[in-house]
Amino acid sequence: MRARRVWAALAVAATAASLSACGGGDESYSSIAEKLQKAQKVVVGTKWDQPGLGLKKGADPEGFDVDVAKYVVKELAGGKDVDITWKESASSNREAFLANGTVDIIFASYSITESRKEKVTFGGPYVVAHQDVMVRSDDSAVTKPTDLAGKRICQAAGSNSYKRITDPPPDGELDLDAQLVGAATYSECVSKLGGNNLDAVTTDDLILAGFAGQAPGKFKILGQPFTDEKYGVGLKKGDTKTCEAVNAAITKMYQDGTMQQLFTKWFGQAQGLKAPTGAPTFEPCA
Amino acid sequence: MDDLIKYAPDLLAGFLENVKLSLICAVLALVLGTILVSMRVAPTPVLRAAGSMYVNVVRNTPLTLVLAFSSLGLSDTMGLSFSETPRTNSFWLVVFGLSAYTATFVCEALRAGINTVPLGQAEAARAIGLTFFQSLRMIILPQAFRTVVAPLGSVIIAMIKNTTVAIAGGYLMESAFVMRDTFDDTGVSIPIFIGLVIAFMVVTLPVGFLTNRLASRLAVAR
Amino acid sequence: MSAGVLFDAPGPRARVRNAILTAVSVVVLVAAVYFVYARFDAKGQWEGELWKPFLEGSTWTEYIIPGLLGTLKAAGISAVCALIFGAVFGLARLSDHRWVRGVAGAVVETFRAIPLLLLIFFLFFLAPSVFGSGDYTLIALVTGLTLYNGSVLAEIVRAGVRAVPIGQAEAAQAIGLRKSQMMRLVLLPQAVTAMMPAIVSQLVVLLKDTALGYIIAYVDLLNMGFKIIPAVYFGSLIPAAIVIGVIYVGLNMSLSALATWLEKRTRRSTRTAATPIAPPGFVGEPDSTGAGGVGAVA
Repeated sequence: MRARRVWAALAVAATAASLSACGGGDESYSSIAEKLQKAQKVVVGTKWDQPGLGLKKGADPEGFDVDVAKYVVKELAGGKDVDITWKESASSNREAFLANGTVDIIFASYSITESRKEKVTFGGPYVVAHQDVMVRSDDSAVTKPTDLAGKRICQAAGSNSYKRITDPPPDGELDLDAQLVGAATYSECVSKLGGNNLDAVTTDDLILAGFAGQAPGKFKILGQPFTDEKYGVGLKKGDTKTCEAVNAAITKMYQDGTMQQLFTKWFGQAQGLKAPTGAPTFEPCA
Repeated sequence: MDDLIKYAPDLLAGFLENVKLSLICAVLALVLGTILVSMRVAPTPVLRAAGSMYVNVVRNTPLTLVLAFSSLGLSDTMGLSFSETPRTNSFWLVVFGLSAYTATFVCEALRAGINTVPLGQAEAARAIGLTFFQSLRMIILPQAFRTVVAPLGSVIIAMIKNTTVAIAGGYLMESAFVMRDTFDDTGVSIPIFIGLVIAFMVVTLPVGFLTNRLASRLAVAR
Repeated sequence: MSAGVLFDAPGPRARVRNAILTAVSVVVLVAAVYFVYARFDAKGQWEGELWKPFLEGSTWTEYIIPGLLGTLKAAGISAVCALIFGAVFGLARLSDHRWVRGVAGAVVETFRAIPLLLLIFFLFFLAPSVFGSGDYTLIALVTGLTLYNGSVLAEIVRAGVRAVPIGQAEAAQAIGLRKSQMMRLVLLPQAVTAMMPAIVSQLVVLLKDTALGYIIAYVDLLNMGFKIIPAVYFGSLIPAAIVIGVIYVGLNMSLSALATWLEKRTRRSTRTAATPIAPPGFVGEPDSTGAGGVGAVA
């Protein structure tokens, strides 16, 4: 008898779990801009593991992307304070999160690319990052990207940045004969770099600057960018209304100097990084 | 289907890495597992304690963490290096981690096998004057190995499947990673997945079949 | 047979030999531990600065505990689903209808043969193209764990029901019970008791395998400890790995201890005529049902 009761309890628990898993549901708005103006609440997706851009510090994330998000969202709401829920949006699930409404808007070092444009509407770009190379500050052997031939560079799982060094165009760029060291994340790459287990980490300079800022004096960025990575604001495909509003907010952000101020706040200490002077050319909202 | 054909060379190269990992790890895990089980039944309490502590800690740690630790801890921090070439080095680090992990399961299977050898066998061995190592080597282990052929087969099959976790150890060459990479490019492809599953079955099913047949042939009649 | 019977009560020479062996092994073990300690020390891994985050409450409340909850959530949902899956398919494999047995057997054997990570990757990429977009990290992880562990559990259920002595089924038929009644009233209650230790052992495997979620960016203990904490506190990768390793080992060891306790209790129990079946991948006792060949460890 007791066994049967255990099974019954398990079945009840399972039902409860599946019900609570499927619960939820909100009244819908035609665009995120409208939701912000009417309800003053929004779910913002950022990275949680990228120092300087989006890093979960305590309950909420902080960083450049996070501050830009706060400014833009407040502008969209017509200057009113907004109730923001932060949600981690890793590279592998950003498109999915937007499409099904898990998050309303994404600021997560999200490069605008042709293939992503098919699935996502991008506001901005709000800043243009460049692929660059970071080495230990006592390393004088690497002064330009082409010095990486024969060196050990990091291959972070799920990132294609290394291909720009090792492969010829169109996938890559420099076609150098560098040795790849595997790692699961860029934090691991930086840890390996610090421990002398590889020679260079190469990816967007803003990401590198965030890591460099955590250990002042330990790493240096070469400051020789060789690509443009336009960081866009990810929106659900087709939400052009919000996209226009986001672009207006970014324009204002550059005009009143907030953007430059935020850039200095988060990346001011990193060598080899130039603060943007004016707003980048916006991509058409589509 | 086109995707499968297009990426077949990459996938095959990746799968061969799984096979390579499996072969080397199987040998090392069996050797290390036998050493561990000798420690666990040794007359020295210190060795017994060390053996059981190792087994209990490693067996209860997720393989993902074991592999990540062998890469970040053993290699990056402690400077253990198998090769100057990073790829070869991470290959051997994964071999090291996976063997160390699988050895604990080999050890537990063998220990259970030793428990199935009747008491009288050990007593008889002692009665004719065999020492601990002699009785272990000539009487106990040969009988224990026979009873554990099938379970060892299961352990090896699990290990073959576990070679896909090599990503966690920083070895980004084997088939699971290649599959994920192709999915990133082309989106999900059912033929690729099924192709890989069949490839794994081609390796694991014979192992299961052979060990089961061997088990029934070697079975000690009692 | 315990280890003790492998050797006699040692005589004078054996005592000397054992003493030497003890001394040598102590020296080797201490040397090994010291070597690890010294190498970590040389890289400054024991510096208080790196370990300080783990003394602060906020590290626990903001990172480790939410991560642990993520792990337990995935493990809990998968465990319930896998138990249901295992019960359904385990019983289906015992069905009188040949085609039911065949289908259930094919499903169980297939999912046991697929590498779990491959299955999780596949589900993770497949789900959005079938169901539209969404956060499929948890769903892919839970589905993968359910299909794999459920298949192993199905084999345990089958072995458990078979472990009930044939006399029980014959007696049930003799008093005129229908097949379903026999299963429900006679076989299953006894089988569940016999299966318990094996089921709990498999749940340990399941709990450990939730760590694969890290690779598809599910926010679990490993993700928090390995990705986010080291990003927040520079250089704390190794300390974080050690701390979460201790948590995982502690969790799994308590579950394993539960399995051992259950097994001992079952052996004494008078509520079942079946002997406890061996956890998958382990060798059965000589009097066991031969369920030892079942399943796989992971």
